[in-house]
Amino acid sequence: MEMFKGYDPGKFYDEMFSENGVVRDHCAPLYEKFGKLDQRDFLTRKANSELYFLRQGITFNVYHDDRGTERIFPFDPIPRVMPAHEWEHLEAGLTQRIVALNLFLHDIYHDQRILKDEVIPRFYIEQAKHYRPEFRGVDVAADTYIHICGSDLIRGADGVYYVLEDNGRCPSGASYLLENRNALKRAFPGIFESLGVRPVDSYPRDLLAMLHHISPRRDGDPVCVLLTPGCHNSAYFEHCYLAREMGIDIVEGRDLTVVDKFVYMRTTRGLVRVDVIYRRIDDDFIDPVVFRKDSVLGVPGLMNAYRAGNVSLANAVGTGVADDKVIYYFVPKMIEYYLGQEPILPNVPTYLASEEADMKYILGHLPELVVKAANESGGYGMLMGPSATKDEIAIFRERIIADPRNYIAQPVISLSRSPTWCDGAMEGRHIDLRPYIIYGKDVKIVPGGLTRVALTKDSLIVNSSQGGGSKDTWVLHH
Amino acid sequence: MLSRVANTLYWMVRYVERADNLARLIDVNQQLLLDFESLDSERLRGFWHPIISSTGDEEAFSKLYDASGSDEVIRYLTDDSRNPNCITSCIALARENARTVRDQLSDELWEELNSLYLFSRSDEAHRLIDSDPPRYYENIRRSAVTFLGIAASTISRNEAWVFMDLGRHLERADKTTRFLDVSSYLPAGADGMEAISPGILHWTAILRSCGALGAFRANQLHIDARSVADFLIFEKNFPRSVRYCVERVDICLHLISGTPRGAFSNEAERESGRLLADLNFGSTEDVFAAGLHEYLDSLQGRFNHIGGEIFETYVLMPERILTSPGPKPPTLSEVAAWRQEQHQSQSQTPS
Repeated sequence: MEMFKGYDPGKFYDEMFSENGVVRDHCAPLYEKFGKLDQRDFLTRKANSELYFLRQGITFNVYHDDRGTERIFPFDPIPRVMPAHEWEHLEAGLTQRIVALNLFLHDIYHDQRILKDEVIPRFYIEQAKHYRPEFRGVDVAADTYIHICGSDLIRGADGVYYVLEDNGRCPSGASYLLENRNALKRAFPGIFESLGVRPVDSYPRDLLAMLHHISPRRDGDPVCVLLTPGCHNSAYFEHCYLAREMGIDIVEGRDLTVVDKFVYMRTTRGLVRVDVIYRRIDDDFIDPVVFRKDSVLGVPGLMNAYRAGNVSLANAVGTGVADDKVIYYFVPKMIEYYLGQEPILPNVPTYLASEEADMKYILGHLPELVVKAANESGGYGMLMGPSATKDEIAIFRERIIADPRNYIAQPVISLSRSPTWCDGAMEGRHIDLRPYIIYGKDVKIVPGGLTRVALTKDSLIVNSSQGGGSKDTWVLHH
Repeated sequence: MLSRVANTLYWMVRYVERADNLARLIDVNQQLLLDFESLDSERLRGFWHPIISSTGDEEAFSKLYDASGSDEVIRYLTDDSRNPNCITSCIALARENARTVRDQLSDELWEELNSLYLFSRSDEAHRLIDSDPPRYYENIRRSAVTFLGIAASTISRNEAWVFMDLGRHLERADKTTRFLDVSSYLPAGADGMEAISPGILHWTAILRSCGALGAFRANQLHIDARSVADFLIFEKNFPRSVRYCVERVDICLHLISGTPRGAFSNEAERESGRLLADLNFGSTEDVFAAGLHEYLDSLQGRFNHIGGEIFETYVLMPERILTSPGPKPPTLSEVAAWRQEQHQSQSQTPS
């Protein structure tokens, strides 16, 4: 096969080839179709898909660039393929996880049984940066806190899927998942035929159904809006995309006003009441009266309306506590505690710096470990032990000792790889997977998710801010 | 629809229309010069200076440039980023507005505007401005017209459309008066044919700038000040005449409010109705009695008034609650606070 000539799966778990270089069964049809392409033809189609992204304005803004440069999120046309049984396993595990996370959030914002029973030490919660004690005792619609979750999954050399983190605040990227599929369909029409790939287009419908489900209004159709920080936000394209797909208004903070604990939007015909807000603004910015006083993005008084139960937010306020990487450590325990079940998807083994034995281990093994700050994301605030310099390790050692509550460490997982087009040849690149889990009346997960790929050779960091791109993800019918 | 969205759509279309009109104006003037054999720099100035004066940017221009020869004026009106009203600035603003209401636009419509924007910033565009200006301006015009065509065939005839139509016609009315006003700034004997007033070549150029030459010829034989002014101001059926545009503005305003034509429910409607009556019943006698430039100047003032009232009525003021339950209206201070925010820069980014 011309396109895959000389491809070396390496010593990693390769999504397409088994150890001895044989194509995995579920990838065989894809291997056939792509393998036969003429390279020039392939490159033209690849360039067309990039042009599609550029012309559609599917770009992210580069902050601190005065010329307003926009870049496309790099897209690799070789899809990642997943057989049906693998997906069923992930689906079950993710469902179990979001149910447990929501029970946990309800618990810590009400009775705190899990703390009283000493399953999680109280001080971990009380010192969590995004814990919102002022919302204890506040009931939220459908008792659900995380309505949209973007858990990151990785696959180790053993082929096992692990949960790397849960994003229970404002996970982004779902629009890329949908547009990657559109771009691939345009660039390679016909390639989907006979391959039995499950469609992903139900996402906006599922999202809207969930928003309707949590509406506090029972008379008539609810008014749902998407609240964006504005067009200079790096995810603005996604906000517009999802609002349009759902057919709801996209609003900025200044479009909304609160009158007597009800939220209204300013229209050409007067004020119209809003029932559900799909907010893409973090807690910190959402209401300057309650949180950051200097926020110009939020809506003054929104929290009063929310507490009064007159408006629902997706996701609820206070979910950030579950994104804390120390709290992540306890998710398998939550599953056992609330559901009485074994976790279906394991966590990556994690050491907590504030536990004495773990701390000792961490400090003794820094060059082998990945160290992460508990509340950073996007590949920031972390130490990759094996590639770090002595100085970097020394800096992190000091930081960990000074503030153990805010650091965790994990062994380096060499993420699975997928064939990726890299400047003239197919090479293996590390990938992860972010599925989007919607918790409304039931749990809905669009098949697959966003596969992110570290385009830099040997890099394990897939974040778009650090040289990452993405691929289409194919979940097969069988 | 959201007030902010209505305002943004309105401005998006105004900026596209403005870029289109500037492209016409420069292109026609450049071509006009080809009809003259040799022009010294002083006489060239005589052709380009009126263009700057008519756009109302004379003061800003003279701060940036010492001379007002063709190169300077063309640069200033085409792609000088210091000029917020130049073609590339208008395109960038139109596109920026489109971006903030992307969910309201069809994919094709966004793509066209985004492509125009990408073109205006491309190396190809910069090369064309120097080597083949007619091609450059034609690209701009074609894309602007395509944009309007796609809008007309893909946007539902709802409030969004009406606000866009409103913006387009208000901008167009203003630009037609400015094209006509170019004649007021011509120095004596500029085209070498008449000593005091602009000659046939100039009136022809003005008609061409408005895309009106063919339509004009179908009705008229003589090209002179009166006939051209009459056509561009009072013609009932030509889509760039002031009267036609003001009638569209009046129709749009009444569609938005639901008030019957001939009545009014806000200041914008009142002023558009009054202006339309003046145009319906006016004549070139009134125009030349007042002086062409003075008359056009007062029209522009009235357009601005209408624009300001539209903003007051639909963007600043909507504080009436429509749905039950009906809590008290917000206090004045809230309105004031919101106004403040309106004046803040739009460049809010999360930290």
